[in-house]
Amino acid sequence: MRPLPRSEPTASGEVHKARRRYVAAMSRINPAEVERIADLARLELGADEVQRMTAELEAILGYVAALEQLDTTGVEPTFHPILVTTPLRDDVAAPPLDPTRALANAPERSGTAFVVPKVLDEDER
Amino acid sequence: MPRDRFETALAQRAALDAGRVSSAELVEQSLARAEAAAELGAFVHLQPERARAEARAADARRARGERLSPLDGIPVAIKDLMVQEGEPCTCASRILEGFVAPYQGTAVAKLQAAGAVIVGRTNMDEFAMGSSNEHSIYGVARNPWDPARTPGGSSGGSAAAVAAGIVPIAFGSDTGGSIRQPASHCGVVGMKPSYGRVSRYGLVAFASSLDQIGPFARTASDCALALAAIAGHDPADSTSLLEAVPDYAGALRGDVSGLVIGMPREYFAEGADPAVLARVREAVAELERAGAKTREVSLPHAPYAIAAYYLIATAEASSNLARYDGVRFGRRAQARSLGEMYRRTRSEGFGAEVKRRILLGTYVLSAGYYDAYYRKAMQVRTLLRRDFEQAFRGCDLIATPTAPEVAFRIGEKTADPLKMYLSDIYTVSANLAGIPGLSVPCGFVNGLPVGLQLLGRALDEATLLRVADAYQRCTSWHEQHPEPSWERGG
Amino acid sequence: MSARLQPHPKYEVVIGLEVHVHLCTDSKLFSPAPVRYGDPPNHDTHPIDLGLPGVLPVLNRRVVELGVRAALATHCKVHPCSVFARKNYFYPDLPKGYQISQYEDPLATGGWLEVEVSGYDAPVRVGLTRIHIEEDAGKSIHDAAIAGDAGSHVDLNRAGVPLLEIVSEPDLRSPEEAAAYLRKLRELLRWADVSDADMEKGQFRCDANLSLRRHGAPELGTRTELKNLNSFRFVEEALYAEIARQAELLDRGERVVQATMHYDPSRRTTRVMRLKENADDYRYFPDPDLLPLRIAEADIDAVRRALPEVPEERRARFERDYALSEYDARLLTESRALADFYEAAAKASKEPKSVANWMLRDVLAQLKERDSEIDATQLTPAALAKLIALVEGGRVTAASARPLVAVLIEEGGDPEALVRTRGLEAVSDSGLLESAADAAIAAHPDIVAQIRGGDAKGLNFLMGQVMKRTQGKANPKAVREILARKLEA
Repeated sequence: MRPLPRSEPTASGEVHKARRRYVAAMSRINPAEVERIADLARLELGADEVQRMTAELEAILGYVAALEQLDTTGVEPTFHPILVTTPLRDDVAAPPLDPTRALANAPERSGTAFVVPKVLDEDER
Repeated sequence: MPRDRFETALAQRAALDAGRVSSAELVEQSLARAEAAAELGAFVHLQPERARAEARAADARRARGERLSPLDGIPVAIKDLMVQEGEPCTCASRILEGFVAPYQGTAVAKLQAAGAVIVGRTNMDEFAMGSSNEHSIYGVARNPWDPARTPGGSSGGSAAAVAAGIVPIAFGSDTGGSIRQPASHCGVVGMKPSYGRVSRYGLVAFASSLDQIGPFARTASDCALALAAIAGHDPADSTSLLEAVPDYAGALRGDVSGLVIGMPREYFAEGADPAVLARVREAVAELERAGAKTREVSLPHAPYAIAAYYLIATAEASSNLARYDGVRFGRRAQARSLGEMYRRTRSEGFGAEVKRRILLGTYVLSAGYYDAYYRKAMQVRTLLRRDFEQAFRGCDLIATPTAPEVAFRIGEKTADPLKMYLSDIYTVSANLAGIPGLSVPCGFVNGLPVGLQLLGRALDEATLLRVADAYQRCTSWHEQHPEPSWERGG
Repeated sequence: MSARLQPHPKYEVVIGLEVHVHLCTDSKLFSPAPVRYGDPPNHDTHPIDLGLPGVLPVLNRRVVELGVRAALATHCKVHPCSVFARKNYFYPDLPKGYQISQYEDPLATGGWLEVEVSGYDAPVRVGLTRIHIEEDAGKSIHDAAIAGDAGSHVDLNRAGVPLLEIVSEPDLRSPEEAAAYLRKLRELLRWADVSDADMEKGQFRCDANLSLRRHGAPELGTRTELKNLNSFRFVEEALYAEIARQAELLDRGERVVQATMHYDPSRRTTRVMRLKENADDYRYFPDPDLLPLRIAEADIDAVRRALPEVPEERRARFERDYALSEYDARLLTESRALADFYEAAAKASKEPKSVANWMLRDVLAQLKERDSEIDATQLTPAALAKLIALVEGGRVTAASARPLVAVLIEEGGDPEALVRTRGLEAVSDSGLLESAADAAIAAHPDIVAQIRGGDAKGLNFLMGQVMKRTQGKANPKAVREILARKLEA
């Protein structure tokens, strides 16, 4: 395992050492995990897709594991790169979207309602 | 008589004002060139009727002595993820096949208010996820300098449209470099404004805290016009900045004396194509001759930017793309139950790269991993932001290569996603920090364009445009153009 | 302090309640679409509510104001910085595939409600864990009569309507307490003009968490969740049904499994709707499209100042200023409308104690009979005050006047005119009264003897007789005087 440089990296070549080094000591993700995640994301993966994704995600996770090297104690996360106060909108109702337009792209509709197949499995809430 | 295809928008403006050409003619020529350049795959949808009608309206205004803006009557193109009312918006994805927008995006509304004539929608990587425009249901977009190579991505189509002389100005989006990197590969100017400078209302979201719409043009002065047309506060976007938009065109004084350009040592290290680094160093030297000063700076956390980026961007994307479920719009797969419908629709509708990023993003946010990955990446983001703040104490802008190499061959990197991700190595930091960046052509390596990237303080687009413009006044890279080998009949 | 109700002899019942309440705003939480009820499907939407590609949320300022109001009214700490977070899951009535809510950093925490429970000497204090802002989802209609057999209908009119989620601590110990808490909370929200809380319109929805434990056990038992209990009666019934179900399981030595339960009112039983073996992974993260909500101390103070007088304060003031008993004051401040009415009538009448009596005795009885609220009737404070004045002035007897309360409630009108048209004027004609008094005295010599013997009680009997002979219209004061005079003789 060749870790990325510690938090005070020296000058030359850092960016490109990162390119070449993959932290690949132990498996970070396995096919069962990929299937669980795919399920959460409502994606259906075939058996070879699962294998391929597992390998690709493994490589990517190995790469991003470099962040573990950084000491971030006490560092506030930046969720927004800008510092602005919350914009507020006056409570004034505007005319709603015409229902025909709201439904215009609907794959299936009945009157002005969207139609979806019935929930058959317990997994849909 | 056909105008020079590589004419700038400013020159077109002068010709229009002098009555030497009409908007109708300009638009007609754009449309014809777009058709003739089908092989480039730059456009996915042309809007001839609408464009002609808008051109006529622009000409009528001009006859009355009215002019909505410097862009009034000028043909432009927009990336197929900018929502335009009444037009299809597919984001180059199967899952949005057939979707026609019932509302207007703000940037498009501003362009229309400026009188710019949108001739069509350009090709892109699906949902803006890619660096080569190879992940599109419409097929690859090609680099006008060498159609066997990619134009870069994800805004490959817009970059190609400008580089090929189809339109003088096009718009794209930049989340990790998707404007700057294709600009570099196609030898044009491309700019990502500061986060919040341009409204995201109507920009189909990839990564909400990183996305920005920005312009492509062949010159910095055209870029200034384009940015002015779309920048500004939007009450419909809660992340939009309130600050007034300065006079970008007016800032192009051509003078860089006294400006200090920082060169981060981490960006000029081994690993990039040495010839690319050489072009960039030469460009900076040119600026020194013009009166700027340089100094070495350090962005010590640069090696971690890609890792942080791919955790944050994919996490946000996994959530942003949950709405594509076949219920209210877009493609819906055949299914007997709701669960089956969701899975089939999304599996059939999304390409492999999009799926990969959704999976990664879902993983990063999932229980047990949030702190180690997502939150950690957000902390690293703070460190990157501080790096820039520190660097900008000692310089006014930062110069780097835009990309580590010149345009690569189609198919060269598609087998290794991580390899593809590393194309963004110089560009992602700007998105993470929210600062503006642009790429300006600064030479060639083996006949392929190289881009100089300039990064600035938040809301200091004016300085970047000024420096790029000054550079273009003492160089002529931007006046070199590809041979239109893609055109049928020559 | 009286002991709290023990719904089950063997186990202690622990209940926590989560209430989702619609805020009374004109437009939605993050979109300018109108908030309306009863419209046909998808008539009240905006692209933002449909989750179309490229849309973005913008926060409604009134929602913040109402949220702060609700927090202050329940003694919560309002946090100067709270964060909107995405709760990610897939369902057809959730257009974006995520709900914008608040997670780690909610609007307010740490409040409480004092709840009066029937039969308790003193109110129970129920803690509030948190109050946060979130958007409502649309509606999925599975009913085959509407949607047919093959599919479900999705209506997004409700998607994006602003909600407050109010979570109580597990401080409740019986279904009665739970129902009382809900009533109090609902009234408080209506009093503060935060929500109309109309349960039929789905503006006040309750989920309950219930667990059992042996008396004295320190840890909580495994809890189950009962969702969407949409009337107070169902809340009590459902909780009792679930208590029975869990108790039976525990008695048999089995474990209660964490689950979401559905209450069947026709069978009065609860059944498992969904097992919660794996907690749902909602992948909460701060919404990048919204900045943290910062509320200045000055703004919180402004809301606090604009709050209507707190019920407890008003009660104290009524006791003080109108010399009411604590009991009477509490009844009259049960709702803001009632308290406002009383105060207006008391001021118009200048006889606050009389007004209180009339309201507590007659008006409230009529309202209860009609299942009506005070402001839904035709009775005005001025009319009540006038009626009372007529009685006090002897123009009409109390006995004649009392039935008029119902008339005023039903039809409104002027009490004086009513007295006139119905011929209810009190009889003060001394001639009539004298002869009626003479007649009563003559008819009851034994009572007369008692009175002359020192027993004053008989006077009331004779008065009653005179009233009978005058169809209740005799002015009681005059009658008393006349009888007293005659009996002295």
